[in-house]
Amino acid sequence: MTGYGKKYEVIVVGAGHAGCEAALAAARMGCLTLLLTMGLDTVAQMSCNPSIGGLAKGHLVHEIDALGGEMGLNIDDTGIQFRRLNMRKGPAVRAGRAQADRMAYSARMKLVLESVDLLDLKQGVVDEVVVKNYRVVGVRTREGIEFSGQTVVITAGTFMRGLIHVGMNNYPGGRAGEPAADKLSDCLRSLGFVVGRLKTGTPARLSARSIDFGKLERQSGDNEIRPFSFMNDKIERNQVDCYIAHTNQKTHEIIRNNLDKSPLYAGVIEGVGPRYCPSIEDKVVRFPDKMSHQSFIEPEGVRGAEMYPSGLSTSLPADVQLQYFRSMVGFERVEIMRPGYAIEYDFVEPLQIQSTMETREVAGLYHAGQINGTSGYEEAAGQGLLAGINAALQCQQSEPLIIRRDQGYLGVMVDDLVTQETTEPYRMFTSRAEYRLLLREDNADLRLTQLGRHVGLVSDSRWQRYQEKLELMERAFSVCRDITVTNKNARLCSRFGLGELKSGVTLEQVIKRPEVTVRQVEAEVPELTGFPEKVLEQVEIAIKYEGYIARQIEQVERFVELEKVKIPDDLDYAEVTSISAEVREKLIKYRPSSLGQAGRIQGVTPAAVAVLNVYLRKKTREKTNEAGR
Amino acid sequence: MINDDDTIIAPATAVNESGLAVIRISGKSALLFLNKFFRPAVRSKEMKSHQLYLGHIVDHDQSVVDEVMAVYMASPHSYTTESVAEVHCHGSRQVVRRIIDLAGLLGIRIAQPGEFTYRAYLNGRIDLVQAEAVSRLIQSTSELSRKSALQQLEGHLSRELYRYAHTIKQLLVQIEAWIDFPEEDLPEESIGKISLSAIGIYDAMVNLMASYRTGQHVHEGAIVALAGLPNAGKSSLMNALLKQDRSIVSDIPGTTRDLIEQSTQISGIKVRLVDTAGLRHSDDFIEQEGVRRARNILTTADIILLIMDGSVPVSDLFIDLLAEFSGLQVVLVINKSDLCLVQDDVHFFSGPIVRLSAKYGEGLQDLVDMISSLLLQDHLSSSESPYITERRHYETLLTASQHLNSFIKNVGLVDLDLLSIDLRAALDSLGQITGVITTDDLLNDVFSSFCIGK
Ligand SMILES: Nc1nc2c(ncn2[C@@H]2O[C@H](COP(=O)(O)OP(=O)(O)O)[C@@H](O)[C@H]2O)c(=O)[nH]1
Ligand SMILES: [Mg+2]
Repeated sequence: MTGYGKKYEVIVVGAGHAGCEAALAAARMGCLTLLLTMGLDTVAQMSCNPSIGGLAKGHLVHEIDALGGEMGLNIDDTGIQFRRLNMRKGPAVRAGRAQADRMAYSARMKLVLESVDLLDLKQGVVDEVVVKNYRVVGVRTREGIEFSGQTVVITAGTFMRGLIHVGMNNYPGGRAGEPAADKLSDCLRSLGFVVGRLKTGTPARLSARSIDFGKLERQSGDNEIRPFSFMNDKIERNQVDCYIAHTNQKTHEIIRNNLDKSPLYAGVIEGVGPRYCPSIEDKVVRFPDKMSHQSFIEPEGVRGAEMYPSGLSTSLPADVQLQYFRSMVGFERVEIMRPGYAIEYDFVEPLQIQSTMETREVAGLYHAGQINGTSGYEEAAGQGLLAGINAALQCQQSEPLIIRRDQGYLGVMVDDLVTQETTEPYRMFTSRAEYRLLLREDNADLRLTQLGRHVGLVSDSRWQRYQEKLELMERAFSVCRDITVTNKNARLCSRFGLGELKSGVTLEQVIKRPEVTVRQVEAEVPELTGFPEKVLEQVEIAIKYEGYIARQIEQVERFVELEKVKIPDDLDYAEVTSISAEVREKLIKYRPSSLGQAGRIQGVTPAAVAVLNVYLRKKTREKTNEAGR
Repeated sequence: MINDDDTIIAPATAVNESGLAVIRISGKSALLFLNKFFRPAVRSKEMKSHQLYLGHIVDHDQSVVDEVMAVYMASPHSYTTESVAEVHCHGSRQVVRRIIDLAGLLGIRIAQPGEFTYRAYLNGRIDLVQAEAVSRLIQSTSELSRKSALQQLEGHLSRELYRYAHTIKQLLVQIEAWIDFPEEDLPEESIGKISLSAIGIYDAMVNLMASYRTGQHVHEGAIVALAGLPNAGKSSLMNALLKQDRSIVSDIPGTTRDLIEQSTQISGIKVRLVDTAGLRHSDDFIEQEGVRRARNILTTADIILLIMDGSVPVSDLFIDLLAEFSGLQVVLVINKSDLCLVQDDVHFFSGPIVRLSAKYGEGLQDLVDMISSLLLQDHLSSSESPYITERRHYETLLTASQHLNSFIKNVGLVDLDLLSIDLRAALDSLGQITGVITTDDLLNDVFSSFCIGK
């Protein structure tokens, strides 16, 4: 075994979406960082859908960006079609979604990694995490090199004991065409981690040349692109089209007749798959009354022929895949370029990490991404970012960064991971957020830039831009509060149907009217023109939704009270006498960090939380009494 | 979860059991309450701690609610170690309720069972030995909802509340699916159509809340007052209903001067019977006072038994009485049916009528049946329909119904996302009684109801 001379502060294992964010964050925060990946040509690979964002995921991207992460910038640069979803369902649930040029996305991310000063990007397969006295000290690679590091972030994706299924055939692999990482999983087990198994899948990739797009419905991008990153004002780009295709009864029949060749139904697969992303065979079996399922046909790049058919992931044999595709309108002569497959992989039960992403078992060791049982690029990137930040903060001996549920989807996600049982790959939904109206895409910068700045990840240019926005918002708000519309302005009155006014109304009151938009007002009121779109948007949302927002803020205040009551990690639950054995077991298993978190663990009753509260108070009182003596 | 930051109030004595009731307030706003609503008989700058003051509880328009004794106990020298105020008022349910309502104006909320003790414990006033007992108390508090409802009401109430929660949850599932899966081809049902079920549930909630009065009768007891002209047989009827000689019976008009009260059971309901002075003009000072008291209790009674001597023609005075009680729950009792009823034509009264003889007991059962059916308002006669007895349930249900109403009013006017806030709030309120519905439950339903997946 050869030691490697350098002493890294942060070592990141795996250069997927989580690993890239972790390494970039740590290095940008000033830590000497090493990013080790099995393959330098598959950095930030999109293993499944070639798209970023969507409901709740778009929110995550905006939050990653606000903290100083890379994902937003990367997709803004390499996106080939942009759409904003849910425009008419409320401000909090509007979300951006973009198709990416898969190769360009990966290539750009690699360039960024290569350009950061304190970051070494190396190819290498990590077999072992080196631990001394319950503290991580480095990693050992298959090539026989030992890298020493103060902290290690593992982002192994689906590679740990990955097993790929196509029909009844299966073979080890981390992704189609790439080897699995078996030793790392064994090493974690031997360190005492509880490891479970999950399953996910991906559809076949089809050749564009063999699809009759004339028979499919076309779906184009938005005319005006709204960037993901706070640093970008606009994006001018030619966009590509997607298409909508449908399965039919014939397709379903083919699938049904071949179920015995599906490892899912033959019981070969033991891992649990996600309910929100069922394979096409699952859909056909579980919803037999549905005559047709919809699929978006998405290009994987500007150049190249590969198309991704969404919603059609499968584990059926390749010949059956071809057969059912050809039963669909527009696909009569389709050619499959890569068959779809299901993959089983190991994950480490996330109740073994803390809200900082650091594991409980091994100090200095962090887990992020699919290893925690999540799915999705955005979920992975978000965890990677937090793990990278906290690893760096630990090296700098600073307080860790924990985002609360009322501050961001990032907070909701991590809190869910450490309090909920993982029974399927975890994906973010807006309905997981209790304070959804406060956690919007449009205010991610307002929620998190300050925190990003605090930990040293937000650059000067971003910080200045942010300050400018705050200032402009303040000014725009005071314009709306101060300017009144009176009778004299007859044109305005008639424009907004204000009728005869005895006394004036403020612009704020005008904007509050459901039928009035801030843009209309801007057109009539010179004092409002010149403000950037994004500033006026904040004004409009704050004014129009004031009542609902106030209600949510009130809820948050109550919520935060319980979050403030901290539970020491070494609390001896055996001493808390008046809770039931089941509840005690749960508490010992999850080790909540606050009273609020305790209450979110399934099976922990409000009564138990009350008893715990009593106990904690008595403890603090005893302590202060002792100190006073 | 009990939030111990706010101020709580509750009667410290059982209501209706005694002539005196003690109401206890604990928390930051305790003194504020006294400053606002207690007017000491002797004006003083500020209330001293641990000193008993005579005075009145007054409404915001300065009208007197009751004559009371009040004491303020500054923190930490009180039962809970917080600031505590105690008000000793008359043991009338109405008075107690009005005082609690006044406190509500200051954001003081009703204490959960055992909460004063819980706070005392939390603040270290009670020693560890009591920990077990207290925790059991707390345990029963939070489980109270499900358990007490189940046991007391054989599950009717729980089932009803679960039905509300279930329907609201279904609405929410639909909305959340529309929101979180915009790119799935989910069935397009109009939001207007699905909100119809919300209206159905809202109506049911309103009905259930209306049963609160009924439920209260079961829980706290009801006041049944006997009224009428002198010598109609009020005291005789009182004794007959009690099956004991409680009230002095004589043929001298004006025998009963003060209120005579006695609790009894009528069809399993606790009833406080109140015999009153005959309502007539009198020069006698004591009798005048008796008449005043009679009129007072009559306005707060749940049922007034207006007794009329059937053996004599009806007088104008009696017709005036009828007019005076219009709007109140009156049962006309035509007494002395053993004699020749000269006055059997009662076209002037359209409410319930019972003919009986207080002296010989004939027809008494009819009156008993009438009283019990009025108190239970048919809610129990068909024991199928649920009712509520707990004020806490009532308040929670009220909150839930307000949120649901806001949803119904907002449908079509505001965005889906905001509608979900109303529904979630309604569900959360119901959850305080029935157990909380988590996001995971919602997602489970989304996945099982719709085919979702990219
Ligand atoms: N015959 C007859 N006499 C009654 C009846 N009820 C009461 N009395 C008589 O009426 C008189 C007045 O009765 P009392 O109960 O004192 O009347 P109050 O003044 O309304 O309380 C007494 O002499 C009773 O004996 C009844 O049902 N039949
Ligand atoms: Mg009498």
